[in-house]
Amino acid sequence: MDFRFTPEQEALRKEFDDFFREEMKNAPPGYVGGMEGMSSEEGWLFHKEMAGKMAKKGWLVRPWPKEYGGSDAPVAEQLILSEVMGYYGAPGIDIFGVGMVGPTLLAVGNEDQKKEHLPPVARAERFWCQGWSEPNAGSDLASLTTHAKRDGDEYVINGQKIWTSNCHHADWIFLLARTNPDLRRSRGISFFLLDLNTPGITKRPIYSMQGSYLFNEVFFDDVRVPAKNLVGEEDQGWAVTRATMNFERTSVGIMSAGRRDVEELVKFCKETKWNGKTLADNPLVRSRLAQLAIECEVGRALSYRIAWMQETAGLGPEAAGAASAAKVFGSEMGQRITYTGCQLLGMYGQVKADSKWALLSGKYEDAYQLTSGANLAGGSSEIQRNLVAWVSLGLPRT
Amino acid sequence: MNLDFTEEQEMLKSSARDFLTKEYPKSLVRELEEDEKGHSPELWRKVAELGWIGLMIPEEYDGMGMEYMDLIVLIQEMGRNIMPGPFFCTVVLGSLPILTAGTEEQKKEFLPKVASGEMILTMALVEPSATYDAMGVEAKAVAQGDNFVINGTKLFVENAHIADYLICAARTRSGSSPEEGITLFLVDAKSPGIKCEVMPTTGLDKLCEVVFENVSVPKKNVLGAVDEGWPVVARTLEQATTAKCAEMTGGAEAALDMSNVYAKDRIAYEKPIGANQVIQHYLANMWISVDTSKNYLYETAWMVGEGLPEAATKVSMLKAYLGQAYRFVTERGVQIHGAIGTTRDHDIGLYYRRALTSDLAFGDVDYHRELVARKVGL
Repeated sequence: MDFRFTPEQEALRKEFDDFFREEMKNAPPGYVGGMEGMSSEEGWLFHKEMAGKMAKKGWLVRPWPKEYGGSDAPVAEQLILSEVMGYYGAPGIDIFGVGMVGPTLLAVGNEDQKKEHLPPVARAERFWCQGWSEPNAGSDLASLTTHAKRDGDEYVINGQKIWTSNCHHADWIFLLARTNPDLRRSRGISFFLLDLNTPGITKRPIYSMQGSYLFNEVFFDDVRVPAKNLVGEEDQGWAVTRATMNFERTSVGIMSAGRRDVEELVKFCKETKWNGKTLADNPLVRSRLAQLAIECEVGRALSYRIAWMQETAGLGPEAAGAASAAKVFGSEMGQRITYTGCQLLGMYGQVKADSKWALLSGKYEDAYQLTSGANLAGGSSEIQRNLVAWVSLGLPRT
Repeated sequence: MNLDFTEEQEMLKSSARDFLTKEYPKSLVRELEEDEKGHSPELWRKVAELGWIGLMIPEEYDGMGMEYMDLIVLIQEMGRNIMPGPFFCTVVLGSLPILTAGTEEQKKEFLPKVASGEMILTMALVEPSATYDAMGVEAKAVAQGDNFVINGTKLFVENAHIADYLICAARTRSGSSPEEGITLFLVDAKSPGIKCEVMPTTGLDKLCEVVFENVSVPKKNVLGAVDEGWPVVARTLEQATTAKCAEMTGGAEAALDMSNVYAKDRIAYEKPIGANQVIQHYLANMWISVDTSKNYLYETAWMVGEGLPEAATKVSMLKAYLGQAYRFVTERGVQIHGAIGTTRDHDIGLYYRRALTSDLAFGDVDYHRELVARKVGL
């Protein structure tokens, strides 16, 4: 074994690091990173601006083939990029367009679809959102009921999606709809690409508990989508979703974001005195922060291993189990970091960013209310544990 | 980057698994726990013939000349199967410091005998203060002619009752820091003035009290420089702590596999208990603990093998993580097995007990968290 990155990879890391450290100085005040950071008007503009800059540098779609604007970058390089961006909480990569639509079309899209849809993503001109979850189809996605009926050269879509992150900012949506009412569950579902300017689409905000607007309900009333926007075969959309999930699945960004938080909390504890003693002198504080630092490290090592597995053997069962593990590990670690952060601030843990009394920019007050979302989005912790049990341990599916 | 084992390491792993399963069945493990010696000299010879004791000893001293990562692979399997006896103390605590600090004469004198299985070694470091910090070393050694004379009490000395030589840390000078003035000695275990008694402990793995009363050691048996033994101890602790983590990882993996098999076999309410989501999630959590432990073990072991300066922090992170993970996995393992898991006759208890004793060895979770706290700037 050899855990060293190559000198070229180290140089790349430095280049990324220099860029994002500088650029993040221009982030809007109180910018929180992640999907949430992009949800506000100014956050979304910053995201688009960063995407544009990354596109110019050739960094936006590095894993894609050269002919579509990428550089065929290996997973290890994507790992480094994600790690650096996670550390700085940097936006710029549209995980839906770059991370999901791209790999899907590259794997199963036809030539016309690739030519039409990949370049605008690579140039940071078109942004996507994901229309999968429905009010009664979350973890149990195959029970979705939104349907699409063929009508000449078009399909007519009716139904409702929910938890559609940043749909209010996005240009296009990729969605799953039932095309065959006679087939049950995952059979009879198709995968569509849809311009959000199409008539018949209504978005309604869902406000998160701390007041931000990230999620939408999206209603489809006789929405007409050209048949050419069907990806893969009709009724075979479930198989297409496998390609959609085959992006870099290391969760390394969660781990490096955690490391950044722990560094910040260490600094805070060294500078902050309660009752005449710094927090850093408190053995309980030392133990808690040390434990979190350890978890960030252990999580990072897991992410590196997944990158290695994905690079050498693809996303087979072994890597898929580990990817589920990393998602659970990372999101629950993030939650523990947040709770520890709140606790370390004492009574100030509840003070919002816009108060002059806010500590650490009110970050943990905000994060406290958002942190549970990470255990639910992109496959809940329960679903991930089921997958580990079934895929990695061979336990019976129930 | 290359995160795969070499072909040789894969072979070592599978041949170790075969050998240990065959030669060290759990019935023997239990028997040896009750045995006075705690190991089988006959099997020890077989282990020596396989070249394992001299795995890292260079060929010029009759060893195999392999690397630290190879040793980690082997010890993980020993932890998985459980292999009672003096392998860990002889190889990790005995031969590695000699390789690090021994003179050519000492290497020639000791290493071939170690590799052949003739000589059992151990390290006498910890004292009644029960810490792995340098300040815990209070035993004194005073120069007298061609000898040093050692006085003091050592505790938790692995297999001292069957050891031929003890590497003893004693204070030869009081320095400005606890790390200064410590000297290591290669002490013949039969020297007059040594009293050794096996301590009854959870692991039944022959941790000993060793009392040194005016024990004479020839000056040529000083290991490393006089007064400058601590860096050798520190390096050995780095290697040993990581090796202990390999043993723990192997044990956790075994406890997980055993519990997984049991969950599939045990029928309740007309279905395997492993069909229940609550059991599946216990096992998923255990799997995550084991998988993360393995990854971090290999990365840390690679750093220790390369002798990188940042290894010390990683080792503490690893040990703190494993101390918790091994206990978690075995505790859930017992729970999944139900009442039978709490019995003397069931194998899961062998691991459950070792989860405690190996957490305590080389610094427990809290000890290493504090070291990590310092390293991250607190």
